[in-house]
Amino acid sequence: MASPTPLQLRCCAASGCRSAGSEALQAALLAARDQLGGAAEAVTIKPVGCLRLCGRGPLVALDRSGGDGQEPSAGSTELYAELTPEQAPALLAAATGLGDELAAQRLDPAHPFFALQKAVVLEGCGVVNPESIDDALAHGSYAQLKRVLLECTPEQVRDQVKRSGLRGRGGAGYPTGLKWDTVALQPPGPRTVVCNADEGDPGAFMDRSVLESDPHRLIEGMAIAAYAVGADQGYVYVRAEYPLAIERLRLALKQARAKGLLGAGIAGSSFNLRLEVRVGAGAYVCGEETALLASIQGQRGTPRPRPPFPAQVGLWGAPTLINNVETLASIPVILREGGDWYAAIGTEGSKGTKVFALSGAVANTGLVEVPMGTSLRTVVQTIGGGVPGADGPNGGVKAVQTGGPSGGCIPAHLLDTPVDYESLRDLGSMMGSGGLVVMGETTSMPEVARHFMRFSVNESCGKCVPCRAGTVQLAQMLDRFVERRASLADLERLEALCRMVGATSLCGLGQAAPNPVLSTLRYFRQEYQAACREPGQCEPPDACLLQEVTP
Amino acid sequence: MTNPSDKLRFATVWLAGCSGCHMSFLDLDEWLFELAEHVDVVFSPVASDIKDFPENVDVCLVEGAVANADNLELALQLRQRTRLVVSFGDCAVTGNVPALRNLWSEVDGGSRQSVLDRGYLELADTGAQHPHAPGIVPELLERVRPLHEVIPVDLYLPGCPPSAERIRAAIEPLLSGETPAMEGTAMLKFG
Amino acid sequence: MSVHTLTVDGVEVAVPDGASLLDAVRAAGAELPTLCHLDGLTPVGACRLCLVELEGSGKLQPACATAAGEGMAVLTQTPQLREWRRMAVELFFAEGNHVCAFCVANGNCELQDVAVTVGMDHSRFPYQYPNRRVDASHPQFAIDHHRCILCTRCVRVCDEIEGAHVWDVANRGAECSIIAGLDQPWGEVAACTSCGKCVDVCPTGAIFRKDDTTAEKEAHRERPQLLRAARDQHQWQNQ
Repeated sequence: MASPTPLQLRCCAASGCRSAGSEALQAALLAARDQLGGAAEAVTIKPVGCLRLCGRGPLVALDRSGGDGQEPSAGSTELYAELTPEQAPALLAAATGLGDELAAQRLDPAHPFFALQKAVVLEGCGVVNPESIDDALAHGSYAQLKRVLLECTPEQVRDQVKRSGLRGRGGAGYPTGLKWDTVALQPPGPRTVVCNADEGDPGAFMDRSVLESDPHRLIEGMAIAAYAVGADQGYVYVRAEYPLAIERLRLALKQARAKGLLGAGIAGSSFNLRLEVRVGAGAYVCGEETALLASIQGQRGTPRPRPPFPAQVGLWGAPTLINNVETLASIPVILREGGDWYAAIGTEGSKGTKVFALSGAVANTGLVEVPMGTSLRTVVQTIGGGVPGADGPNGGVKAVQTGGPSGGCIPAHLLDTPVDYESLRDLGSMMGSGGLVVMGETTSMPEVARHFMRFSVNESCGKCVPCRAGTVQLAQMLDRFVERRASLADLERLEALCRMVGATSLCGLGQAAPNPVLSTLRYFRQEYQAACREPGQCEPPDACLLQEVTP
Repeated sequence: MTNPSDKLRFATVWLAGCSGCHMSFLDLDEWLFELAEHVDVVFSPVASDIKDFPENVDVCLVEGAVANADNLELALQLRQRTRLVVSFGDCAVTGNVPALRNLWSEVDGGSRQSVLDRGYLELADTGAQHPHAPGIVPELLERVRPLHEVIPVDLYLPGCPPSAERIRAAIEPLLSGETPAMEGTAMLKFG
Repeated sequence: MSVHTLTVDGVEVAVPDGASLLDAVRAAGAELPTLCHLDGLTPVGACRLCLVELEGSGKLQPACATAAGEGMAVLTQTPQLREWRRMAVELFFAEGNHVCAFCVANGNCELQDVAVTVGMDHSRFPYQYPNRRVDASHPQFAIDHHRCILCTRCVRVCDEIEGAHVWDVANRGAECSIIAGLDQPWGEVAACTSCGKCVDVCPTGAIFRKDDTTAEKEAHRERPQLLRAARDQHQWQNQ
């Protein structure tokens, strides 16, 4: 007997679950369905993007109603974790009501990890098949592009974006609508729109997940942005380390062109847009907008002084809009629901939702989208589940690192801080692109600082001296603290050089490179002091020095 | 005649350097007589024959980088016994030529081995062998350092060598307890 | 031609539209140290020595690469700027192998001069002693990478004035180095016209004539400006 309601298995096919074996699992499911026949034949098996709890992949969602084209209702979806190909028959049996062997691997959808999330940017993520434009269209992709081309002037589009209060999700938090206006209002001439998908912060995988899970959302957002600023060409700059994202994005672009959603006369309008993928060559600094533009132009990827800003003088010398993946992927929803709807989410200064990549010493690792202003405690302890095996008021958390090598470490006693641009900045960290790395009690903060400083040493482009030579000196100073052979004078020199590198470096990479040191100094100074030898502490007094300089 | 107790106790030290700074010091010619009116030279390779660095030195000019165990020992000792230490010349201030072997710190065997092999084996005309006289020839340090990386330094007097005029302009204020203004090309230029 | 009026350390100056803050500083009779900047070449703002503070915002901008604007109030010599400049020069000295004593450019070196300007009597940062190369494959010239400060003047003069683009930068961070051609020995790069402009503009003794020995280098750092002006103003009838 066939199942009374359509059944659907959504198999995560994003990088996290792929690395855990989701391709073999999906193949096994297809084979098992053929083999089992009967009720199993009615089960739709569909590859989708990220199902969020990356640390427990491969993940498969089971929809008991809905099926293709219809949103599954919350109560009728089950989620299974850590599945093996051998469990494929058991999963199909569970779907068709013929067994419940996998109960232990069934996740509770009411768990805060899922229940506290608010999917806006990620609403199609884990729902649509990232390799099928028909599926994306069935879920509403390109509807807003078609609508604004028919109904709205570019000014009206920009007005909605301004009303939404959306700020750049790449880290700096510049108001998106203002940036769009600046580009749109430049003197007449060609313009370009660029999507910055050079996500490079250690621990950050939000943009990769969007690209791998719902590429058409990004393309639609870019097309709307291009229309709003008067651009007819655009580039998505993706780092080469994201091969699956590149593959799916290229496929999506091809499909969109074939459907007349890119190219000349889009959706019957007079709007033209040519979009291309440019693959980076492995330089973190190319996430800096001027370096990114140089790289697209075929030049060495190094930043240049601003002003002039890319909005005035950008790609090929023409006004250029550069937005991050998450920013652009927010656009279709904002236009569908209206700027005011979006602005009602979040806080006064930071509207909407933010996607975080939660990793480190935390029970639930994965992708999390929450309203701005959610406290770090909610994200790390309630959603993340705290440090595995630890308890206590802060769940074994010592600090949370946000913003990658440009950000800082927020100590556990400040976990009640709401996540928004200003709050994190005031704590000496930054929102960054959304990487949240949780650190347990045993973490050494000078070591954390050195880890990030070495990252900056390796990723400095070498153009300006404070970053090129200063980060090298800072990393060596931090060696002295990690190896517990520093002096109090070293502490002073460390801080002085941090300030110098921060104030005088050419681009954001160098300017922010000292942040991990400064923030750990701010909250964990005692760990640096403990690494200093006091004068007279050594016997004889010069023992440390002698050890250092003698053979 | 000046009361000897009013005189500054003055020393000069020669570490890893070519002694050019001391030669330049001797170029002060007749001003050296004037200097002698104000100081007692209590230790110096060019003006005394005392082997042990004395206590209670007021001013010490230190030429040369810290390149071997003896240099290091003497630097630590003179710091403890001297009120005002002057890093005297580019080798003391920057490491200069003696420190160039640090370029080979990362190669096999390190900088000591590299410089000894080069000097005593590769460039030897006859009888190539490493010097071996334990307790007599001081051990080279792996890394040659400017003086201030080993002990705190009070005044820097760069130059290779600093000219006699520059040396005088730096020392003269010290005799009356003042700090010289180390500014401008005349006082600061390296090389 | 429109004119911008601004102040430099309180001194009022007027400069034509398109002038840089460095032009304005000079017009005010003030002095700023520079290393990567050279009149006649596109500014890159890399050495950070000409950073000035814009009063009010407190923002630091490289004077060479920032356009002078109406009403700006520029500070060039705050104690903080002086300290950071000195630290930048110390970082330059510490990252390379700058031994003035036997350098071809001793006495004619902008790095040596700038150390005096900023009052650097020693480097507080440990010297790194990178083991770099010397390329003497060119018949007339040589490049000693130990003395290179990566100002990219050679890259720019060869590209922008000579039009040969022999030089470029390879690698990144502390591993950066100037390369000839596709990282070939200089003498094997056919594009090199042996014009010597890179020798003329090099601020240190990194690029030099092989005939020159210690303290014998003569640089001609005014030439890019002269050539550019001659070209822009069509002073040559047949070009």
